[in-house]
Amino acid sequence: MLAEALTLSAVLFAIGVVGVLTRRNAIIVFMCVELMLNAVNLSFVALSRLYGATGQVFVIFVMTVAAAEAAVGLAIIIAIFRHKQTVSLENINVLRG
Amino acid sequence: MLLSSMQTIATATTGHPLADTAAKFVWLLPALPLLGFVVNGLLSLTAAANIGPADPSAVGHGHDDHSQESTHGAHGAHDDHHVVRHRHAALVSLVGPGVLAASFVLAAAIFMAMRGVEMHVPFISTLFSWMPVGDLHIDAALQLDPLSMVMVLIITGVGTLIHIFSVGYMQDDPGYPRYFAYLNLFVFFMLLLVLGANYPLMFVGWEGVGLCSYLLIGFWFSEQANADAGKKAFIVNRIGDFGFLVAMFLLFSNLGALDFMGIAGSADKLQPGGPLVTTICLFFFLGCAGKSAQLPLYIWLPDAMAGPTPVSALIHAATMVTAGVYLIARSSLLFSMAPVASLTVALVGGVTALFAATIGLKQWDIKKVLAYSTVSQLGYMFVGVGVGAYAAGVFHLMTHAFFKALLFLGSGSVIYAMHAAYHATHSHDDAQDMRNMGGLKQYLPITWVLMWIATLAIAGIPVFSGFFSKDEILSSVFARAHGSPLADAVWLGIPGSALLYFVYALGLAAALLTAIYMTRMMLYTFHGPNRTGEMERNHLKEAPWTMTGPLVVLGVLSAIGGFLNLPEFFTTLIPALPGETLAKWLEPVVGSATARLAGGEGHLPASTEQLLVGVAITIAVAGIVIAVTRLKPAALVKKSESPESVGLEKMLEHKYYVDEAYEKAIVTPTIVVSRAVLWKGIDSGIIDGLMVNGSAMFARAFGWVGSQLQSGQVGTYAWVLVIGAVALLGAFVRAMQ
Repeated sequence: MLAEALTLSAVLFAIGVVGVLTRRNAIIVFMCVELMLNAVNLSFVALSRLYGATGQVFVIFVMTVAAAEAAVGLAIIIAIFRHKQTVSLENINVLRG
Repeated sequence: MLLSSMQTIATATTGHPLADTAAKFVWLLPALPLLGFVVNGLLSLTAAANIGPADPSAVGHGHDDHSQESTHGAHGAHDDHHVVRHRHAALVSLVGPGVLAASFVLAAAIFMAMRGVEMHVPFISTLFSWMPVGDLHIDAALQLDPLSMVMVLIITGVGTLIHIFSVGYMQDDPGYPRYFAYLNLFVFFMLLLVLGANYPLMFVGWEGVGLCSYLLIGFWFSEQANADAGKKAFIVNRIGDFGFLVAMFLLFSNLGALDFMGIAGSADKLQPGGPLVTTICLFFFLGCAGKSAQLPLYIWLPDAMAGPTPVSALIHAATMVTAGVYLIARSSLLFSMAPVASLTVALVGGVTALFAATIGLKQWDIKKVLAYSTVSQLGYMFVGVGVGAYAAGVFHLMTHAFFKALLFLGSGSVIYAMHAAYHATHSHDDAQDMRNMGGLKQYLPITWVLMWIATLAIAGIPVFSGFFSKDEILSSVFARAHGSPLADAVWLGIPGSALLYFVYALGLAAALLTAIYMTRMMLYTFHGPNRTGEMERNHLKEAPWTMTGPLVVLGVLSAIGGFLNLPEFFTTLIPALPGETLAKWLEPVVGSATARLAGGEGHLPASTEQLLVGVAITIAVAGIVIAVTRLKPAALVKKSESPESVGLEKMLEHKYYVDEAYEKAIVTPTIVVSRAVLWKGIDSGIIDGLMVNGSAMFARAFGWVGSQLQSGQVGTYAWVLVIGAVALLGAFVRAMQ
């Protein structure tokens, strides 16, 4: 049971990584990040069966942070869209050195 | 060893017979001129608005056309109004010579106290501890012994006379207080030089007089040639100072002491005749060659005549340039241990004496004649101290101070009269060129008589001072040429004996030429028809008493100065007179060194000595006769109408082209190397280019590489992040296996 849960978690995480790396739309990249967070949450929950409730506590923490992050992140994306009329990451490089 | 030398000092100070006499005020000797410097220096700052050359001798130094033109400009400006005397001139006239006179009175008092005392241990007055660093312990201490006493008397005595003369000569100059400030400062440093009880303190004085010499040569600095002459003197002297410094380092590293007493106490560590002591002495002599204008470093002294004439008399004839002779007499202990170095000193002195005398034959500038004469006479002094006749060298130093100061001041008096005459008639001729003079004896009778006395003295005519001193040097050379350590030494493969006979011949030849060029100078200046000009003639007159007074005193000293050290052959003729006074006086300081170099018998047989004296007199008289019979003052024409000389005469007139040769061989290559290698290569290329700008370029390039990572593309960052995470993970996994 544990192996399947961790495998699913790894697959989800890999999908998230690939999404972050390949997609250009900021919203989708953002959603892929959420996917990666939740893949990690899954492995926390799965492993908490072995190692006690600490993993579940962490999941709560991660979800809290993820909610805050989603709020801030979406706000930034909206701000960028208002400014540039696009959310494509290729066109956003104002921090270029 | 160091402790023992310090104990010697302590005992010398407290238990010395001079401790309760005027000698305890020895610190006042240099302090008084220093006070004069401070007062005059402050006064010169109060009226700085009025600076510019009002040069009594400025009209045509004969340097080049450019300098004459610029002088004419300045001269013309002065014609429009009367010279404005500095508003503190009266006070300066009082303070400047006053401090010197006070110093002289104190020196005389110390001399009187020293007379009855056995001076085998010098009186050392320690002022404060100057450099207590590890093994090096140097006190600011003044040393009184017979040698420094003689020097102090010459410096303050002749110095006072020249200061008084300067009042007449310089008081209409706008820089009058500045002039006396420099002059007083010079005397301060000169006294420090001769009174210092160790080499470092002496070196301070040595450098200080060099500084004052530079300041006074370039006193009328608004003219480029004068400023250049000052720089030349300063730079050439640096070469000599390098030698002085190296000699000091060698002394300290090998003996551990730098004070004269400490060196005397530990000199037995040095092997007599060994390479170390010879090296030390040769380096010291390099210093002497710079300061005392010997070959090959003499070139600065003739140019130093750009300064005011009393400066030439005091610094560049009577005192500073003799510092080298003093240094060797002071280091006589070391030099007597190094016969090869002593022979070098004698040879260089002899060659310089003859070399400079030949140039003196064809100079037209009256001061240039005297300048080359000074170089030549300094050569004589070095011959004296080189053969170990230290008392004879110092004796000639003293008589030379008398007659050469007189000659320079006399020429100053002539120039003053010539300048005043040209000034009155608005003429722009050269006031220093002898071709423009002639027949001045009826206008300047006092100067004429006194300068003849000095001329007879320098030429070596009997009973005048120079005769005795020069003769003693020459007979010492002759005496040492046989059976002395010097004669037995080998100098670069040449036996010392042969070398000394050669030096003797050089000395005789130089004596002949001295008589000729001095008589030539007198004939052209004072005899024959007057070439000054119809109008100017009426304005020629004798200088005021402040100028003629010192001349008279120096004239008396030049005439009878020789009686201070009469040789034996003379006292056998007139037994009433005391003989060898100066030699006996200096015996505690240089006696043992003299004895070491003189070998078994110091004196020649009476018959030989009489023969040598006869030869010397014959040569002196012959020189004067040759000059009087061969030279035709009547045939001279003014400078502006004189034809170019040819052949050997032209070569002499151009001083053997030594300056030109140095320019080509040393100055130009130095400038080229400095520019191409040091400036463009090392400074601009390596320091600025590679080091300073190079490090900046490196930082910038490195920053550019870093900035390229910051593309602003979030995708790229994500890739880098993932690759990094995977790499780390891989490393962990690999490490765990």
